[in-house]
Amino acid sequence: MSNRNFSKAKAREAGQGYVFMSPTLLVLLLFIIGPILYAIFLAFHKVQLLGAADFQYVGFDNFTKIMNDEKAKIALWNTFKYVIIVVPVQTILALVLAATLNAGIKGQKFFRIIYFLPTLTSSAVLTLIFMWMYNQNGLFNKFLSIFGLPGYNWIGDPSIALNAIMMMNIWSTAPFYMVIYLAALQDIPESLYEAAELDGANVFQKFLFITVPNLRPVTSFVVIMGLIGTFQLFDQSYIFSGGSGGPNNSTLTVVLLIYQYAFKSMGTMGYAAAIAFALAIVILIATLIQRKFSKEESLY
Amino acid sequence: MKKFKPGKLLLYVILILYAVVTLIPFLWALGSSFKTLGEIVSGSINFFPKEFTFDNYKQIFLEQKLFPRWLFNSLFIGVAGTLLNLLFNSMAGYALARLSFPGKKPLFILILAILMIPAQVTMIPNYLILKEFGWLNTYQGMIIPAMINVTFIFMMRQFFINFPKELEEAAEIDGLNRFGVFFRIVLPLAKPALAAQAIFVFMGFWNDFMRPLIIMSDPTMFTLPLGLNTFKGQYISYWNYIMAASMVFTLPVLLLYGFFNRYFIKGISFTGGK
Repeated sequence: MSNRNFSKAKAREAGQGYVFMSPTLLVLLLFIIGPILYAIFLAFHKVQLLGAADFQYVGFDNFTKIMNDEKAKIALWNTFKYVIIVVPVQTILALVLAATLNAGIKGQKFFRIIYFLPTLTSSAVLTLIFMWMYNQNGLFNKFLSIFGLPGYNWIGDPSIALNAIMMMNIWSTAPFYMVIYLAALQDIPESLYEAAELDGANVFQKFLFITVPNLRPVTSFVVIMGLIGTFQLFDQSYIFSGGSGGPNNSTLTVVLLIYQYAFKSMGTMGYAAAIAFALAIVILIATLIQRKFSKEESLY
Repeated sequence: MKKFKPGKLLLYVILILYAVVTLIPFLWALGSSFKTLGEIVSGSINFFPKEFTFDNYKQIFLEQKLFPRWLFNSLFIGVAGTLLNLLFNSMAGYALARLSFPGKKPLFILILAILMIPAQVTMIPNYLILKEFGWLNTYQGMIIPAMINVTFIFMMRQFFINFPKELEEAAEIDGLNRFGVFFRIVLPLAKPALAAQAIFVFMGFWNDFMRPLIIMSDPTMFTLPLGLNTFKGQYISYWNYIMAASMVFTLPVLLLYGFFNRYFIKGISFTGGK
C-alpha cells in the first residue's frame, strides 16, 4: 500500500518535472538538437533553394572544397590574425585595469561604471561611431595630425581595415573581462600580500608573483571566452564593409563568409554548413589546447 | 605614507586616461548628434556643437517613418523574449535542481554540451526551419527559438540547488501544490538571480545583429541594429542623423544599467567561474 503511494508520488513528481521542462524540451528539439542534425545532413549535400528546396548528396565534397577555396583561406587567415592579436591584448589590458582599480583607490565605483559603458552598447552602434571617427576627415586622423603624424584611410585601406576593427573591439571587450577579474581579485587573501610586503616585495613584484598566479583559473576562463568570441567575429566586419568583407577581402572573417555562402550566393548553403562545422571544430580545438596549457602551468 | 604617493598618483593617471579613452567615442557621438550638417561637414573637432540643434532627432523620428517602428520591434521582441526566458529558464532550472524524473541526468549533460556549440552551426538549418513554418519576417521567428537560454538554465539550476528547502516544505504543508510553491514562494525569492538574468537576456535581444539580419528581410520588421545599418547606407554622409539614431538606440540600455547596476556586477561575477 505504502509502496504504491510512494510510486504514485514519484510518478506525479516526474510528471511535474516534464511539465516544468516542456518549453525547454520543445525549443531544444526544434531549434537546437534538430538543427544540429539537420546541419550535418546539409554539410553533405548540395542545396538548391529555388522554390522547393532540393538536396543532392555530394559526400565529403563540401569539406574538400574548403581546402581549394581562396576566399576561405583568406577568411581563415584574417580570423586567425584577429584572434592571435585580440585575445592576448584584451586579456592583459583587462588584468592591468582590474589590478589598478583594485589598488584601494577612491572613486573605484565611478571608474568601473565608465569603463563598463562599451560593453553595454550594441556592436552596431559602436561600429558606426568608430566608422565615423575613422573617417578620412575624422577624429582619429585629426588627433594624429596634432602630433604631426600622417593620417590613415582606416576603412578603405586593405592593410589597415582589420587593425581598425581590432582596436575597436579590444576597446569594447576588455572592460567586460576586467569586471570578471575584479570579482576574482576580491578572493585573493590579503595575508598573501602582507607576507610579501614583510619580505620587501614592491608593487610590481606583488602583482607578478601573487596576483597573476592566483588569477590563473580566471585567466583561463577569460581566454576561453575570448577565443570563442573572437573566432565568431561578424557584426563589426559586416557593418564596416557593408557585408562584403572588403576592401579587397581584408575584413572577411569565417562567419561573414558562412553568411555570404549561405544567404548571398545560390547553391552554396550546404557548403556554408560545412564551413560552419569546420569553424566549430577549430574553436573546440583552440579551447582544448588552451585548457591543456593552463593545466600544465598550474602544476608548478 | 609619503613613499606611497607617487604610486597612487600613477594609478590615478592610468585610471583617468583610460576613462577618457572610454568616454571619447560616446561624447563625440553625443555632441555630434546635436550638430548641424554644416558643422559635421566642415570637419571641426569641437565636442560641443557651435549651433545646438534638435533637428537630427526630429528628422529621424518624423522623416524616417520606419524608425519608430524599428524601435517598437526591438522593444517588443526584447521585452517579450526576456519575460519568456525568465519564466522558462527558471522552470527548467528548478526541475533540474529539485524534481526527479527519468532522463534528468542526460538532459542536464546535454544542456552543458550545447553551451559549447557556436551559433553558426544551427544558423542555417534554423533559417530553413523558420522558412518551413512561415515564420520569416515575424516576431515569433525571433522570439520562440530564443525563448530559452541554456546558459541561464544552468545558472538557475545552480541557484535553486543552494535554495533552502524548508521554505518549500512549509508551503507544501500549508496546502500549496508544486506549481503554487514555485510561482508564489520560489520565484519571488529568486529576484536577484532573475534581475541579473533579465538584464543580460534583454541586452542579448536588444543588441542582436545576426539573427534579425537573417530572419527579417522586410524593412517594417527590422530591429534597431538592422535599421541603423540600412540607415547608414541611405544617409551615408549624414553622420548627424546616424549619431542621433545611435544615441536613441543606446539610451534604453544605459537606463537599464543605471537602475540595475549592482545586479550587473553580481551577474557577471556569478558567471566568472566561481
